[in-house]
Amino acid sequence: MTDARTGTPLVKRGMAEMLKGGVIMDVVTPEQAKIAEDAGAVAVMALERVPADIRAQGGVARMSDPDMIDGIINSVSIPVMAKARIGHFVEAQVLQSLGVDYIDESEVLTPADEANHIDKWKFTVPFVCGATNLGEALRRITEGAAMIRSKGEAGTGNVVEATRHMRQILGDIKRLTVLSEEELYTAAKNLQAPYELVSEVAKSGKLPVVLFTAGGIATPADAALMMQLGAEGVFVGSGIFKSGDPAKRAAAIVQATLNYRDAKKIADVSRGLGEAMVGINIDTLPESEKYATRGW
Amino acid sequence: MKFGVLALQGDFREHISALNHLGIAADEIRSVAELDSIDALIIPGGESTTISLLAKSTGLDKAILQKIKSGMYVYGSCAGMILLASEILDGRLDQIKFSGLDITVRRNGFGRQVDSFEKELTTNLGEHFVGIFIRAPLVQDVGSGVDVLASLETSYGPTPVWVRQNRVMATSFHPELTKNSLVHQYFVDLVMGKIS
Repeated sequence: MTDARTGTPLVKRGMAEMLKGGVIMDVVTPEQAKIAEDAGAVAVMALERVPADIRAQGGVARMSDPDMIDGIINSVSIPVMAKARIGHFVEAQVLQSLGVDYIDESEVLTPADEANHIDKWKFTVPFVCGATNLGEALRRITEGAAMIRSKGEAGTGNVVEATRHMRQILGDIKRLTVLSEEELYTAAKNLQAPYELVSEVAKSGKLPVVLFTAGGIATPADAALMMQLGAEGVFVGSGIFKSGDPAKRAAAIVQATLNYRDAKKIADVSRGLGEAMVGINIDTLPESEKYATRGW
Repeated sequence: MKFGVLALQGDFREHISALNHLGIAADEIRSVAELDSIDALIIPGGESTTISLLAKSTGLDKAILQKIKSGMYVYGSCAGMILLASEILDGRLDQIKFSGLDITVRRNGFGRQVDSFEKELTTNLGEHFVGIFIRAPLVQDVGSGVDVLASLETSYGPTPVWVRQNRVMATSFHPELTKNSLVHQYFVDLVMGKIS
């Protein structure tokens, strides 16, 4: 096709628009990917170990084996995402060459660069990045992220950090909207983000890209909590395949994300789900094991 | 005439904004009761397998099928086009087929996200617009009753990207992601009886 433009901001951000209201599930095998698709996931995140296992086993966590990603791409018809280490632009180049639909530059993997994130504008494939507050979200968007997710604290099954980060990001946005023009310059300085982007958010009252939530979501009620707080969709990592009945829990979280304002429906889908993943209390987690502090 | 946008998953808010921009109010449709009250429905972009599954779980699959048969106006973009097709290639076997349009579509027929693109296009009436194609369906075949309103030149020849059959219309691109209201204006005019 002549003059067809790929990898434009509209095409990258537009892809995230199509995922809104949906659940994106971590999977480590083609079989799990099928279960996720059958349950109504809008996309799957292909990775070698779910965050809970990365936590338990320790060591350096890296991009997955291309064979494993190919296997998942070939097993489902929905979009497939995969994770690259923060700053590891070659892992990102490899993932793009495999044809993944979105790259998560993720704090769940061990960072490859302590100073710089990936220059995401250079890629055709879109990126999603984690953030704990508005400044961090805007820095990632400045680097070319086409979608933002709250970081939460992955692999804990504890929703408290996701709540903190969603409230922080959305609270920061609300505060911007009431500032006067001259106050926005100082706000940009304090947020450590470009003035133009800060000004755009102040005017529109929302991020210029889709905002999902992630990190610690384990139950249908957790997913609905995030949606009521203002998330536009949900990533579920370890919460599904570390639980007693993954297929049933996956379907229940999809239903709760759709019917997030309907307590009766959330109650219905929460019945008899079997064991949820075993959670970890964040305050007993050593500072060095908190993933949310990776990236800046 | 009352408009609604299927709000199970996807970019339904962008379609509502596009209609609002034309001075048309639109409801979010999540239940059979909400569907009952409308005369025209937009099925938005999103993940067609997810929308399909959620429509079945709410009973909206049968209700929409019934209303299409009894003459409801419908417009589907991207995932919406897939759901409205009579034949789906590379889909899931349990996926809904409303068969409102006599067309054969191939899901993700233009490729994966890295192949998603935007391109200047011209309608058969000579109007210009930018088409945003995101993992878009490829229309491989159209029946004799289907009007092609715009096409795209590809290596295998022209392929329809905007089609209409009586009261049912679909685009493989996403006009709701742009400020150009050409497609939504056409649908509103169709519903209001300004286009035959």
